[in-house]
Amino acid sequence: MSTLEIKDLHVSIETEQGVKEILKGVTLTVKTGETHAIMGPNGSGKSTLASTIAGHPRYTVTSGSITLDGEDVLAMSVDERARAGLFLAMQYPVEVPGVTMTNFLRTAKAAIDGKAPAIRTWTKEVKDAMAQLRIDADFAQRNVNEGFSGGEKKRVEILQLELFKPKFAVLDETDSGLDVDALKVVSEGVNRAHAAGNMGTLLITHYTRILRYIKPEFVHVFVDGKIAEQGGPELADRLEEEGYDRYLAGAGSAVHVQA
Amino acid sequence: MTEISERAVADTAQEAVRETVYEKARIGAPSIAGFTEEGESLSPEPVVTGPLGGAASKSHSHGGGYGIPDSSRAGRLTSYSLADFPELKGTEEDWRFTPLRRLGGLHKDALDGAAPAVAVEAPASVRVETVGRDDARIGSAGIPEDRVSANAWAHFIDATVVTIPAGTELEDRILVTLAGEGLAAAAQHVVIIAEEGARAVVVLNHEGQAIVSENVEVVVGDRADLTVVTLQEWSDDSVHVSSQQVKVGREAKIKHVAVSLGGSLVRLTPTVRFAQPGGEAEVYGLYFADAGQHLEHRTFIDHAQPNCISNVLYKGALQGKDAHTVWVGDVLIQKQAEGTDSYEKNQNLVLTDGCRADSVPNLEIETGLIEGAGHASATGRFDDEHLFYLMARGIPEDVARRLVVRGFLNEIIQKIGVPSIEEHLTEAVERELEAGDN
Ligand SMILES: Nc1ncnc2c1ncn2[C@@H]1O[C@H](COP(=O)(O)OP(=O)(O)OP(=O)(O)O)[C@@H](O)[C@H]1O
Ligand SMILES: [Mg+2]
Repeated sequence: MSTLEIKDLHVSIETEQGVKEILKGVTLTVKTGETHAIMGPNGSGKSTLASTIAGHPRYTVTSGSITLDGEDVLAMSVDERARAGLFLAMQYPVEVPGVTMTNFLRTAKAAIDGKAPAIRTWTKEVKDAMAQLRIDADFAQRNVNEGFSGGEKKRVEILQLELFKPKFAVLDETDSGLDVDALKVVSEGVNRAHAAGNMGTLLITHYTRILRYIKPEFVHVFVDGKIAEQGGPELADRLEEEGYDRYLAGAGSAVHVQA
Repeated sequence: MTEISERAVADTAQEAVRETVYEKARIGAPSIAGFTEEGESLSPEPVVTGPLGGAASKSHSHGGGYGIPDSSRAGRLTSYSLADFPELKGTEEDWRFTPLRRLGGLHKDALDGAAPAVAVEAPASVRVETVGRDDARIGSAGIPEDRVSANAWAHFIDATVVTIPAGTELEDRILVTLAGEGLAAAAQHVVIIAEEGARAVVVLNHEGQAIVSENVEVVVGDRADLTVVTLQEWSDDSVHVSSQQVKVGREAKIKHVAVSLGGSLVRLTPTVRFAQPGGEAEVYGLYFADAGQHLEHRTFIDHAQPNCISNVLYKGALQGKDAHTVWVGDVLIQKQAEGTDSYEKNQNLVLTDGCRADSVPNLEIETGLIEGAGHASATGRFDDEHLFYLMARGIPEDVARRLVVRGFLNEIIQKIGVPSIEEHLTEAVERELEAGDN
């Protein structure tokens, strides 16, 4: 079993108006086998947390720590983090010119495993995974994310999740922009990854809809760069009904009765 | 064929042409996301685009065409005599991007240095000759279009003539190696003739150290099918200006591929002239400019005959301080060239700061009775977000960079169709990338 541990994390970014603190002390522990949902209003810092875990250079950690089984994640480069078993399904996957999906997937797999995948089994594995996610076979020959629709990009993120088999996956609004069928297909993908490997998931979402398919054990409410409340799955339903008003009203002293 | 009258044009006809062009654009060259892309399909009025296009352009009387007299390819001076060309100032339309200081005197000095040594590897059926200036075949496909080319014409001592006899179909490529041996400004002349119905691949391999102005004449006989690959892999201090003029016969095919990797300054001007109807030209280029390199390519497709097809695709990568590339693509569709189908595209990938890629498509159309005409030009950056995405999938930075460049340039390498050259170029691109890592 592995543990991803985030302790009192403070993160800021440089803006034109100067340095701005976005994460103001986040503490969160995820173990393999667990699914944690993170919900919270726009701009509360959810993507910032996700990008900071992945190591995006825009975000500066001013204090706190992230460790993976005791190893200092913050000391690792972006690619080292991925090879250590962290995976970020991005809110806005990037289009990469000149690189076909096939080439990209093989190169990434080889980097993560430290050796090139066996060509025959790999090709089949990719093909099968694509079929399960209902991604057209001709996507393999297209450039990474180039011209993919919003929903197609999300499916391709989950395709990578299934193929790369990370220890921890952060899914940043993977459900946004998916139609009903795609939501099901993508959720099944995530569940397969959970069932197959030993994976822990951090699921960032605005909607309880996806929680019908992917069942979290824990729900965290993110407000103004901090976790304002945490609880079980029933917390998600309450949020859906009540919204975030009560957290925002008394943002400073938001200590609430835990379910 | 879409018919477009000289002046007023029905919207439907216009739509039809546009569709053709976009369709071609998709098939011929997938667009690159994240690129700022500029492109245009045929508009019903004859169009001149480019630096002097738009508001600055005006009608002129030449050949019933449109545009500016001295920017129109049809109006450009051509002559075998050096004296006919005025001295270069560097402000001329066709020299404005070229740093004359770095030409090693090719535009003004007597070119009496030793020309790069020529060695030809060819099957027995191919005739390889070294001939004097008075040989009848000299001048059969080309006439200098600028002063540097005319200077070489004035000074070359002998020429290499490679002839693929009528009907000969070669499996193996013909390899012409031109090995430079020093920095004395020199003149070179090569003639390649594919006689009627011949099929062959000729590779011009430019290597070593040289300052040379070169004229390459290529005659593609009726129904012949010729591929010419010109490789520029000179030493870092070399200067190479090469006018490569191709005359295409009836229903003949030319594939011309330029690959410029090495040299301080390389300026290549491939011209394809359709001399008979029904010809087809694929004109490709790949360049990779490192710090301080100037790599310039100016393609010219002269649709002087009806029912010819041309497709131009040049792709370039740039890295390092003051890496400079230039692509200027002229396409002239003359009044009599009905049924023309043409497309041209240039894409550049900028890998580091401090590079400059100039890209100028020029399309001149003198008849509306064409299948299609279009152009596109795109210059994009490999940026931090691309890098982050690939690295977030475990791919180390240097591998990520290579992955992108290799993929980008591979489109051209794949079109060469000669496995040994394709392998060689794949390796050469890897070396360029390694050089950039330091
Ligand atoms: N480059 C930037 N310049 C200025 N502000 C930024 C920048 N990047 C992020 N921010 C700010 O940081 C805050 C947190 O943004 P983040 O993307 O983490 O929010 P989020 O919780 O993911 O929101 P959403 O639900 O809309 O995806 C926002 O107020 C955002 O405007
Ligand atoms: Mg977000």
